[in-house]
Amino acid sequence: MSVKSESIQSKKDSGQDERLKKISPLRVLLNRPELGALGGSILVFIFFGIVAGDTGMFSAYGTLNFLDVSANLGIIAIAAAMLMIGGEFDLSIGSMIGFAGICIAIPAIYWGWPLWTSIIFAFAMAVLIGYFNGIMVVKTGLPSFIVTLAMLFILRGATLAITRLITGRTQIPGLRVLIEDDPIAWLFATDTFQWLFTWLGSMKLIALRTDGTPLATGIPPSVIWFIALTLFATWILMKTRYGNWIFASGGDKVGATNVGVPVGRVKISLFIGTAVASTIFACIQVLDAGSADTMRGTLKELEAIAAAVVGGCLLTGGYGSAIGAALGAIIFGTVSMGIFYTDVDTDWFKVFLGAMMLIAVVFNNYIRKKVTETK
Amino acid sequence: MSEYLVQFNNISKFFGKVIALKDVTMKLKKGEIMCLLGDNGAGKSTLIKTLAGVHKPDEGEIIFEDQKIVFDSPRDALDIGIGTVYQDLALVSLMSVTRNFFMGREPQKGLPFFRTFDIEKANTIAAERMGQIGIDVRDPSQAVGTMSGGERQCLAISRAIYFGAKVLVLDEPTSALGVHQASMVLKYIVKAASQGLAVILITHNVHHAYPVGNSFTVLNRGKSMGTFQKKDISREKLLSMMAGGEELDKLEVELKEMDRIENN
Repeated sequence: MSVKSESIQSKKDSGQDERLKKISPLRVLLNRPELGALGGSILVFIFFGIVAGDTGMFSAYGTLNFLDVSANLGIIAIAAAMLMIGGEFDLSIGSMIGFAGICIAIPAIYWGWPLWTSIIFAFAMAVLIGYFNGIMVVKTGLPSFIVTLAMLFILRGATLAITRLITGRTQIPGLRVLIEDDPIAWLFATDTFQWLFTWLGSMKLIALRTDGTPLATGIPPSVIWFIALTLFATWILMKTRYGNWIFASGGDKVGATNVGVPVGRVKISLFIGTAVASTIFACIQVLDAGSADTMRGTLKELEAIAAAVVGGCLLTGGYGSAIGAALGAIIFGTVSMGIFYTDVDTDWFKVFLGAMMLIAVVFNNYIRKKVTETK
Repeated sequence: MSEYLVQFNNISKFFGKVIALKDVTMKLKKGEIMCLLGDNGAGKSTLIKTLAGVHKPDEGEIIFEDQKIVFDSPRDALDIGIGTVYQDLALVSLMSVTRNFFMGREPQKGLPFFRTFDIEKANTIAAERMGQIGIDVRDPSQAVGTMSGGERQCLAISRAIYFGAKVLVLDEPTSALGVHQASMVLKYIVKAASQGLAVILITHNVHHAYPVGNSFTVLNRGKSMGTFQKKDISREKLLSMMAGGEELDKLEVELKEMDRIENN
């Protein structure tokens, strides 16, 4: 039968394919979008290990410091990366951070709501705004760049106007006292593994304050959220049907629709994802500082996109990874903190950020061509 | 049950004042390959999209397995077994063979809320299915971008068959391919038909259509010029009908005239 002859055919083919199999481990590595970011972060750590190895940057306190900065950026970078893989941008991330901050602070301070209800209120607003972004992009077919740029201005303006209208100022302090005994706030405000740091302190393994308590008190909540979100996003992208739909929606919208992928729903959910991630960022920041500020999160959307791009996401969608974005965020966080430990003027940080992004884009572009070149 | 698996009776489709299709009728049996021929602008794309459930016909009816069918969406057409492979193939070149094969219909395992995409199973099925058509995917997780045009076409067809297509609608499957690749795809189409599928092969290339087709429907300016069995029509006749016959006939007469004048 014909099937038989085909299998003979394929056997003959596989003879010549053995030759190709030998280079496949390299291909597998090149196939991973986070390769560039992995190399980049190793370089960054080697560099600071040499330049700032003895300055306290890599002490428990110093490490937690740059991890905290990386983690905060990472939380929004992962959501931005997932959206970018889905083929869209969200430029309203930074404004959403500011908006979410006052959504927590105004009800809690001025309206007397319990802190946990204002936190839920902030998340509800995030879902609404994300949904609005998504539905606008999906229904109108306009570029998300434009729609979310409009949202960037709307949210920032509304944040400022509403805050000034209600409070007469642009900062809302006084949240710290509300954290204690709140059923939800601890999720965003508790240092974990404190016992470990106390023990390390008692063993004189880490630096202590003059009163004998350790300088680093525990793992900050941002780091826990960051790790959890990286794992969750990676699981979704690599292991679930929804993850496949994200790649498909970003890779070829029309094709995905034709084979039955609900592209519109996927994109809307990803916009909700970035807004919710911004709100997680805002919760951690607001509860850590004890105050909300209308200017919080300014330019964070661009940093998040930069981290995602350095992490291997393609601007055109359909390709990228959450681990890559996480590594991108670690690179930025490490450099932005590490630069204080070196003799380099911190003014140079933005130069580095831009250069890093350019190199990443060129590198990733080259890799993508390698991966998909027709034989 | 009638001898036809699917019938499209007097289908018309209007876009505003434009008559895209008028009274087009086609009937297909199991195992039959019908070639839908037509020049650019003949209404082929509109007809395919009507078959695939993208457009609703303004007049006429679709009868599938003796039942009248109305499609509300492309999904409905897929569900009853009309699988359409568009020219763009609906493949994402940066995604793996497996992820493309199961795009939109991923097999799942595990408990509710923790359901995962069963990649091992998907890899096995994809490699097996591609193997059956003689394409040895060395690694089902390789990107589709690394495959040749013919292999991609076969992947898209194989996917449609795997997901239960009984009627396979193929939009210009060979138009972008070289001779060798095109013959690989055509061979696969014949094989699919021999397993009991009805195939509608849309093309403007008579040389690809004629060897594989059992019957031929010619579209011209939105109207069907009739369906012909292979024994009733020659390749040349088909070609001249497609190009709006008269024009070619006229050209021929003019050329003869010129010839005559020169010879005198």
